[in-house]
Amino acid sequence: MLSLLKELVAYMNARRKWWLLPVITILLIVGGLLVLAQGSAIAPFIYTVF
Amino acid sequence: MRILGISAFYHDSAAALLVDGKPVAAAQEERFTRKKHDPGFPEHAIRYCLAEGGIGMDDLDHVVFFEKPLLKFERLLETYLANAPAGYRSFKMALPVWLKEKLFQKPGMVKELAQFSASGKGIEEKLLFAEHHQSHAASAFYPSPFEEAIVLTMDGVGEWATTSVAIGRGSNLETVKEIHWPHSLGLLYSAFTYYTGFRVNSGEYKVMGLAPYGEPKYKQLILDNLIDVKPDGSFWLDQSYFNYATGLTMTSKKFDKLFGAPPRKAESPLTQRDMDLAASVQAVTEEVMLRMARDLAKSTGIKNLCMAGGVALNCVANGKILRDGAFERIWVQPAAGDAGGALGAAYAAHAMHARKPRHLNGEMDGMKGSYLGPQFSQADIERRLTAAGARFTSHSEADMLERTVDALEAGHAIGWFQGRMEFGPRALGARSIIGDPRNPEMQKNLNLKIKYRESFRPFAPSVLAEDVGDYFEHEVESPYMLMVADVKRNRRRTMTPEQEALFGIEKLNVPRSDLPAITHVDYSARIQTVHAETNPRYHQLISAFKKRTGCPVVVNTSFNVRGEPIVHTPEDAFRCFMGCEMETLVVGNCVLSKPDQDPALKLDYKDKFDLD
Repeated sequence: MLSLLKELVAYMNARRKWWLLPVITILLIVGGLLVLAQGSAIAPFIYTVF
Repeated sequence: MRILGISAFYHDSAAALLVDGKPVAAAQEERFTRKKHDPGFPEHAIRYCLAEGGIGMDDLDHVVFFEKPLLKFERLLETYLANAPAGYRSFKMALPVWLKEKLFQKPGMVKELAQFSASGKGIEEKLLFAEHHQSHAASAFYPSPFEEAIVLTMDGVGEWATTSVAIGRGSNLETVKEIHWPHSLGLLYSAFTYYTGFRVNSGEYKVMGLAPYGEPKYKQLILDNLIDVKPDGSFWLDQSYFNYATGLTMTSKKFDKLFGAPPRKAESPLTQRDMDLAASVQAVTEEVMLRMARDLAKSTGIKNLCMAGGVALNCVANGKILRDGAFERIWVQPAAGDAGGALGAAYAAHAMHARKPRHLNGEMDGMKGSYLGPQFSQADIERRLTAAGARFTSHSEADMLERTVDALEAGHAIGWFQGRMEFGPRALGARSIIGDPRNPEMQKNLNLKIKYRESFRPFAPSVLAEDVGDYFEHEVESPYMLMVADVKRNRRRTMTPEQEALFGIEKLNVPRSDLPAITHVDYSARIQTVHAETNPRYHQLISAFKKRTGCPVVVNTSFNVRGEPIVHTPEDAFRCFMGCEMETLVVGNCVLSKPDQDPALKLDYKDKFDLD
């Protein structure tokens, strides 16, 4: 997890997308709740999002 | 320098090994796992590539993944943010997948790669990530025979780019233009694939095959409403007609309203309207690609064009760009889809990261005919076939070729399994089913007895490279079956008004030329030129067939049944042979005849694989 956070920081720095930090934080929290609520992650069959 | 390229986790996973700038091995995972379009980590393909190179993970200088997961995540987040609150359902499904799996792709890959390493160390340091379109562009330029070229890549979407233009010179490849998500020619085509009832990501070639039956009646409607195409070929899609950005379908209600009906249900009967829709999206795609090619040729003065990305598999459009003449020469990467990204990523690391010089191979491209997959020795073939219970005879090469020509003349469908397996979606005479193209029953027989489909697509011709101009309105090489051209006028048969009025498959079954099995209803054919330099045995076979019959062409279709990945091993070939009504199988120098086989080994293959 720590390496992922490091990667995210390096990425935001490289892309100059620090404005995404609050968005990512909130989405990760919401997403984390969804994961907890849902239990298993199943990829839906749609083309582009993934 | 040894570089392993990997593409995975979306569809068509693959691995490729580049040694000192030359491809040594490349294969798709689906061929090993027998799961069509397998998206999993390409463990088997990697194992094969390392074995073929005679090296282990610790001998590699770099391992390169074909795209950047974090940039994809960025697109995902920004798309949801831009469209919120719309797209919540999709968000709810997508985010857990990312949080549980996709964000951890790097540590996941390091863990998976460790199984190939004796030391288990230093893998993370070797791991690089190329951009999706950079991988496609590198796969199109570096193995091409051109010192200088425009490199055009088009697909559904990578990270952000859906279309990119790069200029390749020597070892340099510089991206000069991009079109970004959600504006995508690939996704426009996929939207019509979805709307006409086919499966997105695999049914696009069916839409292309269906197009010649229709009239492009909806072309103007598409240009007026869905896509704004500029004179230079750049484009903008009106997102109100689509639902792919944040929804769970490709098209929106507004799209249905514009075309006056909901999407066609899968496997329901095809109508003239579906054919007209296919013809229309094909015409729009060609229009965009032609405008783009003309503008790039004019604005840069460069005479060569390289292409890759899923849209470059549209061989009808490729043929039109070639005949349009804006570029003198065109080269398309045979593994133009995402599998080829594995090879491209390795090339990108070699030339752009390690700054190593590129190898040009004179007039020849660097793909070795795309025969980069596994092969089996004659002794191994005999051992494997014996173990599978096959009854076969072994021959000298000359005798095997004569017997194969006998079977071709007798009208048999022949499984032809020789040498190294092809890399890319096309069978090019290493894992092919072949037949006599002059036989008016061949098309019907191959469809119904072997492929178990009633296809509206004819089969492709393999023609000796030196004879292509005698049969087709095409003079240059097309070794990868990625160019469509018309059958020569003097070989065509004009259809009567009654025949013209026939519908669908009935129309296809009317002999329209000297080579009915490979001639589409618009007299076009998807040509593979066969070269003695890259596939000598296949060249010899067709030469022997020509010597006997005067015809330098055979029908070539992939060695599989519907929904099955192309065969990989002699055992796969034998199973497929026993599971369908193929009459003859030739594996290396072994010849198998159906009546000789043990009836107890017959398989019910018809419903074994999901429809594609």
